[in-house]
Amino acid sequence: MSASARIIALHLGLLVLLFALQFILPAYHHGNLARIMVLATYAVGYNILFGYTGLLSLGHALFFAAGMYGMGLTIQHMGFTPAPALIVGILAGALVSGALALLALRTVGVSFMIVTLMFAQAGYLTVLYFGEYTRGDEGFVIQQAQRILWGIDLSDATNRYFAAWALFSVSFIVSLWLVRSPFGRTLVAIRENEERVRMLGYDTYRHKLAAMVISGTISAAAGAFYGLLFGYAGASFASVQYSIFPLLWVLLGGAGTVLGPFVGTLFMFYLIDLSSGVTSAYLLIAGLALVLLTLFAPQGLVGEIRRRIWKDLP
Amino acid sequence: MTLLSTRGLSKSFDGLQAVTNVDFDLPQGEVRALIGPNGAGKTTLVGMICGRIEPTSGRVQFDGQEITSLPAHARIMRGMAYTFQITSVFARLPVTENVALAARRRLTGRAVDQAVEDALARVGLTDEAHEEAGNLSYGHQRLLEIAMGLAQSPRLLILDEPTQGLSEGEIDDFKALIRELAGDTTILLIEHNMNVVMETADQVSVLNFGEILAEGTPQEIHKNDAVQAAYLGTG
Repeated sequence: MSASARIIALHLGLLVLLFALQFILPAYHHGNLARIMVLATYAVGYNILFGYTGLLSLGHALFFAAGMYGMGLTIQHMGFTPAPALIVGILAGALVSGALALLALRTVGVSFMIVTLMFAQAGYLTVLYFGEYTRGDEGFVIQQAQRILWGIDLSDATNRYFAAWALFSVSFIVSLWLVRSPFGRTLVAIRENEERVRMLGYDTYRHKLAAMVISGTISAAAGAFYGLLFGYAGASFASVQYSIFPLLWVLLGGAGTVLGPFVGTLFMFYLIDLSSGVTSAYLLIAGLALVLLTLFAPQGLVGEIRRRIWKDLP
Repeated sequence: MTLLSTRGLSKSFDGLQAVTNVDFDLPQGEVRALIGPNGAGKTTLVGMICGRIEPTSGRVQFDGQEITSLPAHARIMRGMAYTFQITSVFARLPVTENVALAARRRLTGRAVDQAVEDALARVGLTDEAHEEAGNLSYGHQRLLEIAMGLAQSPRLLILDEPTQGLSEGEIDDFKALIRELAGDTTILLIEHNMNVVMETADQVSVLNFGEILAEGTPQEIHKNDAVQAAYLGTG
């Protein structure tokens, strides 16, 4: 088997495994995994900008929330059905990430982090400000009757699992394809040495702009599906916490690896889930695990596998 | 035909005049060496030519077109290539990917692999093709820089001190490579090694305190009193 075939087999294998788990898992883990796949999609989007392009954003909650509210508000107030509402959510994410990119990409490094953080906070405050429509912190529930997509009731656990799986699969395959394409490899080169890429004749600004829009759009898709599948949209999803989460997931799983976002999300989700069953100080256990990982696997779980075993893992 | 020309090109950094009023013409197909003492403004001058540094005043023309206001990447796309004085390869990427990045700007698919193979063979790095660039010796990284320049198949190749850190044998190979390229590719060579200059350059321009001090064939420059003085500091 060629190196390329092995890489594709490994990645498609994960999707097949996730599909099959649906039939085996007990209800509790079944529900968890559906949630993890949607959140991992968010991490996949984040990874394209952070892991592959080397731009650390602290404002991705803005894109996640743009998707969630683009979907939720049109259902709630304009009577949209789920399909067009999802499209509105995803387009909202593309638009917002494009607009933020135009402003934020004038800066680099720490300034980029601060600018993205500030705009995301502005987005969060906007959600609160228009509380009349968004119900602010309290949020609003999307009723079961409003969550029927092409005759499929997305509040049903099995349907929800498949929808989450489909979303994750699409983002995962797009991500795998992207990072192996010439465009994706140019992004990696920008991460490694932007000035050199520029002096090879590439318009690095346009590349970074495109990376940010792709990243923001995938994040928005995750936000839109999250709201629709779990029937709720609230301001907490626009808060700074939701900008930090994808960063943590990607770091834990392995920044700049296609598998990393999923592995990191899965790991973090169950770390908190299991430790909260043991003690009320579960964040302490989670924190300790994070410190240990940073010490012993600074490139994340999949990053470490790449370093030690599988050198050309994308 | 003149491929590259500058008129009144100047650059000052916070009051320090690095390059002053340089009128520079480079005919197509020529190998031109740019020499001068340390701090003479050589890297600043080529930086302005390829768009890394914005000039304080003056103009740059390439292939008969005004390019002064073009960003660096657009100038590269018009057929310039610049290899860095301070080695600037993608240390964590394989050697092949370094060169492929350069080649992909004008080629796609199989043609990229072919161009990479050719460029690596020309600088003698075929055996190192699958190494990580950061693991190469300094001399090999310099050669990789040159390979990246070659893979761009440029009309004007700007080499900023390419032989720095190369062994005697590698320098001989480099001279042979330049002679091979001469004629097809116009070359602007910043070089300290006078041996290399004498053997490869058609013409030499001498920069001193940011101004063109002299221009001529290597032999003429060698005999020029002002140049001698500038180098030996007895002017």
